[in-house]
Amino acid sequence: MMRTSDLVSSSARALRANPMRSALTALGVIIGVASVVAMVALGSGAQAQVERSIASLGSNLLIVVPGAMRGGGGVRGQAGAGGGWDALTIDDAEAIAQLENVAVVAPSQRARTQVIANGLNWNPEVNGVTPDFLAARDWEIASGRMFDDTEERQARRVVVLGNTVAMNLFPNMDPVGQTVRMNGGAYEVIGVLESKGQSGFQDQDDIVLAPFTTVKRRIAGRRGRGNSVSQISVKAESEQVLDRLQEDVENLLRQRHRTREGEDDFTVQNLSSISETMAQTTGVFTALLGGISAVSLLVGGIGIMNIMLVSVTERTREIGLRKALGARQSDILHQFGLEAVTLSVAGGIIGLVIGVAGAWGMTTLFNLPLVVSPLNAGLAIAFSGLVGVLFGAYPAYRAAKLDPIEALRRE
Amino acid sequence: MSALIEARDLEKLYRMGDETVRALDGVSFTIPRGDYCAIVGPSGSGKSTLMNIIGGLDTPTRGRIVIAGNEIGAMSDDDLAVFRNQTIGFVFQSFNLLPRLTALENVELPMIYGGVLPKERRERAAELLQRVGLGQRMDHRPTQLSGGQQQRVAIARALAGRPALLLADEPTGALDTSTGVEILGLFNQLNGEGATVVLVTHDHDVAGATKRTIEMRDGRIVSDQRNDRSARNDAHV
Repeated sequence: MMRTSDLVSSSARALRANPMRSALTALGVIIGVASVVAMVALGSGAQAQVERSIASLGSNLLIVVPGAMRGGGGVRGQAGAGGGWDALTIDDAEAIAQLENVAVVAPSQRARTQVIANGLNWNPEVNGVTPDFLAARDWEIASGRMFDDTEERQARRVVVLGNTVAMNLFPNMDPVGQTVRMNGGAYEVIGVLESKGQSGFQDQDDIVLAPFTTVKRRIAGRRGRGNSVSQISVKAESEQVLDRLQEDVENLLRQRHRTREGEDDFTVQNLSSISETMAQTTGVFTALLGGISAVSLLVGGIGIMNIMLVSVTERTREIGLRKALGARQSDILHQFGLEAVTLSVAGGIIGLVIGVAGAWGMTTLFNLPLVVSPLNAGLAIAFSGLVGVLFGAYPAYRAAKLDPIEALRRE
Repeated sequence: MSALIEARDLEKLYRMGDETVRALDGVSFTIPRGDYCAIVGPSGSGKSTLMNIIGGLDTPTRGRIVIAGNEIGAMSDDDLAVFRNQTIGFVFQSFNLLPRLTALENVELPMIYGGVLPKERRERAAELLQRVGLGQRMDHRPTQLSGGQQQRVAIARALAGRPALLLADEPTGALDTSTGVEILGLFNQLNGEGATVVLVTHDHDVAGATKRTIEMRDGRIVSDQRNDRSARNDAHV
């Protein structure tokens, strides 16, 4: 029986004897593994990006907006069955706050207006909120402070700037203590929010927070009249009660608005279920990309089989001699099998490196996080090894079964 | 001398299409340890088939052959591989050295399958190459050696497993006459040192260099006689 070290050196020697052929054969696997690794990394990056951006909106969060969900496809219609932009009120928010499992309720009023400072102007979303808004959205103040309940009630002229707004209006100075102008009025900047980054196509930092009453009275204009709100953020006490709370909120609002299911004039968005759906979608996408790339790995495997069959034919006499000198069938089987596995695993390792590099390039290009788990890397190597075993098995078996008399007679 | 090979009523049948070829047709002989013997005959006489059976590469259809205690017909493929490795030293007409390996590595090859440790293997291979007169060419590859030198490497390789039997198939067939004589001299020397040697050849001159000639025709032994070497011995050795 052959010693393992001898087996390894025999196989290595045979592969080195035809370096060009070995390299080209491995190239098939290299391309296959590289494309699988790159595609899966890219898909996982997209998935992580989706999850991250949705999580950045806030955890355990329900967002109630006016207007019905049209159909079942997830396309939100602002004017559904009997619901207009003023369907939600501050009273609805107060009623929701009385429900069980509610941690924080934060109504908000959106407006769009130009913000001017130092001769620079910017057009962010101005959001009138209560101080609880930060808690509801898991948002922190980076510098300065948030306005408090008193300032909110008194409709004081103070604002907290989102990161993007602060960078654009105050490129070279600390905005806290400065003044901005909106709708002709002057507002003191008392704080800057920490950056949250992109959520989908929307820059979450392109925002100005002002006291709810301030926005209602001074900025929102026609839309600000009455006690309507443009959004209610509801934070549940825990992830487990989120779905139940969503039902409770829906039932409560139906009661208050005297609507029936299917005729709602509001929509409750559950961010964790949206996140789940989107993660599933990108997951399917990733699997699809990986699957298509796996076909090229299969082609690489066939390349190995092809070359190993050629090699067995070329080395028939050598195989006959080795058998005459005392090689058992298993020795020959192992030697040729090991050659195939070496080619495919070497291809797998090189492919992994190239794939990760390619994934790095693409994720940098598309501004996605690079996700390469050790598990995926290990799987790629293991899978290429498996390809070697599968496609090397038949040629190795043919070699092992050669009749030594016939093999020695071959020229 | 005790018997190394005992063959009784060996038959070997081959099916070729619809025909059955009787390659061996009742062959019986005994070869004692230390013998130096040639099996001769024209092509188709069955001598190659007999050599394959003696070498453990093939098994008889009927009859019984026992070599150094091993009954060839009753052995599995793996047992035959071990038998070839431990008991038989093959020498081929076309040398059959692996071109990518050095002389030393070629001699090591059977010991690899015998599971001998690398250090011991190299020492023994070097010692054997010295013995066949190639101590200075151990790191040469087959293409850098002459035919006679290649056959010497092959003989060293055949001796590597300390075989009970050296089995040579037309060992001088690919060599010019004087080199052939040298190789036969080497066999003679090895036989003098105790090795049992069986040569298979169609050349009566080669056969005449041995101690005994078994002549085959149509699958049977037609003559089996001791050679009178006194006249030729000096010329060949």
